[in-house]
Amino acid sequence: MGAMQILFLLAAAAVLGAAILVVTSRNLVHAALWLIVALFGVAVVYVLLNAGFFAIVQVVIYIGAIAILFIFAVMLTRQIGGKDGGSQNHSTWWVAALLSLLLMVGIVWILSTWQGFATELPALANEKELISELGKSLVSTYLLPFELASVLLVAALIGAIYVSWEKSR
Amino acid sequence: MQLGLFLQWIIKSGILLAIMTGGFAYVTLYERKVLARIQVRIGPNRAGPLGILQPIADGIKLIFKEELIPARADKFIFILAPIITVFPALVITAVVPWGETMTLFGQQVPLGIAPDLNVGALYVMAIASISVYGITLAGWSSNNKYATLGGLRASAQMISYELALGLSFVPSIMLAKSMSLMDHVQMQAQMGMLKWWLYQPLGPAIFLIASIAEVNRAPFDMPEAEQELTAGYHTEYSGMKFALFFMAEYIKMIAVSMIAATLFFGGYLGPFVDRLPWLGPIYLFGKVIILLFGMIWLRATLPRIRYDRLMSFGWKILLPASLLNVFITAVLVVIFG
Repeated sequence: MGAMQILFLLAAAAVLGAAILVVTSRNLVHAALWLIVALFGVAVVYVLLNAGFFAIVQVVIYIGAIAILFIFAVMLTRQIGGKDGGSQNHSTWWVAALLSLLLMVGIVWILSTWQGFATELPALANEKELISELGKSLVSTYLLPFELASVLLVAALIGAIYVSWEKSR
Repeated sequence: MQLGLFLQWIIKSGILLAIMTGGFAYVTLYERKVLARIQVRIGPNRAGPLGILQPIADGIKLIFKEELIPARADKFIFILAPIITVFPALVITAVVPWGETMTLFGQQVPLGIAPDLNVGALYVMAIASISVYGITLAGWSSNNKYATLGGLRASAQMISYELALGLSFVPSIMLAKSMSLMDHVQMQAQMGMLKWWLYQPLGPAIFLIASIAEVNRAPFDMPEAEQELTAGYHTEYSGMKFALFFMAEYIKMIAVSMIAATLFFGGYLGPFVDRLPWLGPIYLFGKVIILLFGMIWLRATLPRIRYDRLMSFGWKILLPASLLNVFITAVLVVIFG
């Protein structure tokens, strides 16, 4: 087991542990902070996959923008401490657990039959030009999905503006 | 070889941390001296010759102050917040190049910790976006209305100005055709500073305004507006924890000056730097001193902007201006190559 595997296992354990704490903490701000730890762990996994660009984008978008909005929204709510004391489990939690277990077994089984499952990490041809290659492929090979995603984002933006527009004027 | 490289990184990181923390102490003195001169006073001149021991006296005083944690504060986050605030300020300049690669003790030593990182500009953005957390959490965990409002204002302000800050990087990235800050400086050497500015006419102004808002300095120091919020997010902090917030603010001043110098004012470039590479760090240092003087001058001159004006300036003027700036650069790059 190389250093990469050890680092991966540590990062994966951190992500899973933090994810469990997100759903079990009673304090909403603590839950949001554990979510940030989980997102950081995912960024570390990206670095291990030699995708430094994705790691940085993960930090900029998820931690720098989305999670801070979570904290913002939580700070504006009452009852952050969660002193209601009731059970945090839904009565049919075992159905959800069973389904997720089945899903995980299915994914692992499909992946293990895939021919690329046991291959080593291939060396990347042009390490310095990774980002410009990504940019070029976004506007050539993957032009249609890229444009579709931007149309979707614009539609969401317009929707947000419409929802928050004051109609009384 | 591996060990040598490792040692080299540790030594360079140590030097950077020492410069940033030592720089923090002396930027406080620099600011007090310059402010005093602008207001026709003398400034601190009792501790040591010309007052140069004043930061040490202040530090010792703060260490011996009592640490208070308010009742019903979220203790863990209350202690964590100052640490989260200082950490991004210390690591953000890791991608700034200090000079050309030098040969020291028979080894090729690039000046800077990771000057050629291929996501350098994005790294700066990522770290800048994390630095909101410390202030927001400090405000919330204090269990104090003024502090919470200060924290909320700080996060709203920093999120708004981050957009303009990020967009002011884009023209440089387009011109250098790279995100590595080393390539930015080398492109400036190749193009000449005048052409670099003509290609992005609004870039330096937008970066400087947005970065002052980003480090919460006057005239954008809304999160700690004394008249309205007593002291903003750090109202409940005392002793060394307060000192850490203070430290983060001044280290961030140094950091944004270094980044501004690298992106828009030639970084380590200067006369004779191609023949004598050790002049690079000295030029960078000089440029940082000049930019810091500008920041202090602004604080001494301008009154604080009202909060709604601040937000509408950020969204209605600065953001369209930075989009226009990107557009101008794109058109010029397409026409003139």
